[in-house]
Amino acid sequence: MDSIYKALCDIVGHEYCSNLPEEIYIYSFDLGTAEPKKPDYVVSPRKVEEIQKIVLLARDKNIPIVPLGGGLSLAGLAVPQKGGIVMDLKRMDSILEVNERARYALIECGVSQGQLISYLKKHHPSLTHSEPGAPPAATIAGNIMIHGQGDLAHPYGFSSDMVLGLEVVLPSGDVIRIGSCALGAGWFTIHPLPDIGLFLGWSGTTGIITKLSIKLFPAKKIRGTGTFVVEDEELIPEIIYKITHTQIPEDIIVYSRAIPPFAKGLHHITVNVAADSEKELEFKQELIWDDTLGEYIKNDLGGYLGFTKDIERPQISKTSDYKKGGGFEYVGGIMPIHTYPQCYRRGREISEKHDIPYTVTARIIGLAHSMMFAWTYAFNRADQETIKKAREALHETDDLVIELGGVIWKPGIYGQRLIMDRLHRETKELMKKIKTLIDPLGIMNPGNWELL
Amino acid sequence: MHGLKFNQDLCCRCNTQACLTECKFIDIDNVTAQKEILKIARGENSFVLHECVTCYACEEYCPYNNHPFYLIVERQEAFGITPQPAPLVKRAINLSIPFRGEPEIKEINGPVINLGAFSQLKNKIKGRLFDGLSIISSDERKMFHYFCQLMYLHYGKISLIKERLPNVISTIAKHKPTEVICFHDECFGAYTSFCNAFGISVPFRPVHLFEYLFNRLLKLRDLIKPLNIKVAYQRPCSSRLCPDKHLYVNRIFELIGAMPVKRQFSDKNALCCGLTIQGQKKEGSRKKALEIQRKNIEDIEISGAEVCVFNCPACFDTLGIKLKERNITPILMSDLCRISIGEISFNDIKMSG
Repeated sequence: MDSIYKALCDIVGHEYCSNLPEEIYIYSFDLGTAEPKKPDYVVSPRKVEEIQKIVLLARDKNIPIVPLGGGLSLAGLAVPQKGGIVMDLKRMDSILEVNERARYALIECGVSQGQLISYLKKHHPSLTHSEPGAPPAATIAGNIMIHGQGDLAHPYGFSSDMVLGLEVVLPSGDVIRIGSCALGAGWFTIHPLPDIGLFLGWSGTTGIITKLSIKLFPAKKIRGTGTFVVEDEELIPEIIYKITHTQIPEDIIVYSRAIPPFAKGLHHITVNVAADSEKELEFKQELIWDDTLGEYIKNDLGGYLGFTKDIERPQISKTSDYKKGGGFEYVGGIMPIHTYPQCYRRGREISEKHDIPYTVTARIIGLAHSMMFAWTYAFNRADQETIKKAREALHETDDLVIELGGVIWKPGIYGQRLIMDRLHRETKELMKKIKTLIDPLGIMNPGNWELL
Repeated sequence: MHGLKFNQDLCCRCNTQACLTECKFIDIDNVTAQKEILKIARGENSFVLHECVTCYACEEYCPYNNHPFYLIVERQEAFGITPQPAPLVKRAINLSIPFRGEPEIKEINGPVINLGAFSQLKNKIKGRLFDGLSIISSDERKMFHYFCQLMYLHYGKISLIKERLPNVISTIAKHKPTEVICFHDECFGAYTSFCNAFGISVPFRPVHLFEYLFNRLLKLRDLIKPLNIKVAYQRPCSSRLCPDKHLYVNRIFELIGAMPVKRQFSDKNALCCGLTIQGQKKEGSRKKALEIQRKNIEDIEISGAEVCVFNCPACFDTLGIKLKERNITPILMSDLCRISIGEISFNDIKMSG
């Protein structure tokens, strides 16, 4: 028997380790357009100690190790570029603590979005987290690792801005803690110690996050979505500026898409509003729809489409149904709001060039400090030609993000290279030093952020 | 293009001016009303064209069936007076463009039920009430081939209806139906009132859902267990196009032992659900819609209704949650009928949300 396989089985048990072709195959790709790459082993640990042992084994044998959460980034970030061990972390799924008064949750890295939502609903209905609108199987840690954004991004920023503490297994096998938890205190703050945040946005190339504490927020009794529609994309930056000035919405999304036809050439601004009473709700609605946006209605430039008392999550994945074969991938750019008109127009051009119905979506982050602008491309999974077209469109869009002065969000390999080519030289040098210091053998998710 | 059958002489001879004086949304006396409707008839601008909230009710109020509402919408379009802001008009125009290929045409040679643009409600067409009926427009991706287009009366775009409706009629006719039961008042109004008014031929027999349900219930009479509940009915705007079919509401209630409550805002005095008003261009429209909804729902609550019955899914969506918050169960008429013959229960309705 393969000695590495045997060693992995000794650590986690036979049930949670595999090198069988049919299981290796499943872990060789994600749902996007990234080229499949097969791992040699798949392992699913349950304890931090098991993760430590696996890391030490990988270091000893000098083989790659790729941490995997929900596997839903679509950017190929957990596709094992150089083989090795894929470490599926879904079994690390305990919710360890919810501190109601300090409004935080301490969870293991495999806890999924759906799991936390239902747990909070059942046990702490007055608390919520910033939920990204991804499939329920997406993990909290995965979303935070990639600097995701959720439905409280408007007031509170990126999901990674909501981290209050981390536990990480380093490539050395050491377990470290960051934040107040490092003092043996509660997991309530990541400040004010010296900043050693070296693990977010690194795509698992510097360590494996095993526990994290995240901020929770008040869950109001009523949550709903109102929609405002405009045709002129040039109006979007000023409208967003005005809406965000009210500091009322929980979430603001702008979308436009070729299919279904109602959305073509129009910009739907959806605004989530929450309240504890009808009185509070109407007060907030009046400020947004009447006082702030009334002038656009009066001038025939915008229209109020209504308010529904439920939250419709961003449904980018619906795009996958536009073409036969159900595939889609998107480039997300973290962009200044003023670039919305260009993002929209140029995105349409790229889509039309590649014969893909256009879909663009923007989520406002942190009182309009930036937005995540997503250009989505649908393809047929069974048709290599459409996958190729989508891949080309994605690469052109990566270029566009840079051209328009944005930053590619959760970049795949192509996007990472674009970023590294343009990184400030000294910044890149520091990143290299950090990476070399932490992972001298380069065993952590190699192929990603390859600076050397 | 199909012209409206409108007789100006009837308005000159009319001594009621009911089309405008009975309007719930415009305050107008008889003298002004006659002056304004004649201005509209002559093709002149009128404040009525700007004030109209497009509730359709004047179609019913007119004692001569002279189509004042269709005339108003024609004139709104001619003057470029769209009640809704331009982006919402564009959205609405795009909304019903079919985009997922052609419908699959099967010749039925029997009765069909047309869901129009409500294919998502196909699971409502179940049980003995609908035995022997084929569903057309059961595919959400292709439902706009079956959409009657009458919605554009709310958008000052009557020409779009005249342009698109003949194609829709042709698609339905290809199924070779012996009769077409219209799931929604609006479709029935389109194939009867609107097509008659504009001389558009309809090569099939449209049947109103309530008339159909009533006749089916008569055949299933032995199964009916009186509901003994107090019910209110939310009359949709398009019911004004076929007021003779509105009678079936109370006939059905009587047959299934539902007790209609006495209300201020029912029948001719029914209030709009507010959906179309909330987005209108006129300042204060959102608040106006909320106020109408408040009055309407309070009226239902005061009347003691336990259940509010709907024909229109859009009214249902608009008022349903607000009614539930007051412990009044919103329900489609077809579901209420199914409860009466023991196929489903109120709990099923409550659980299904």
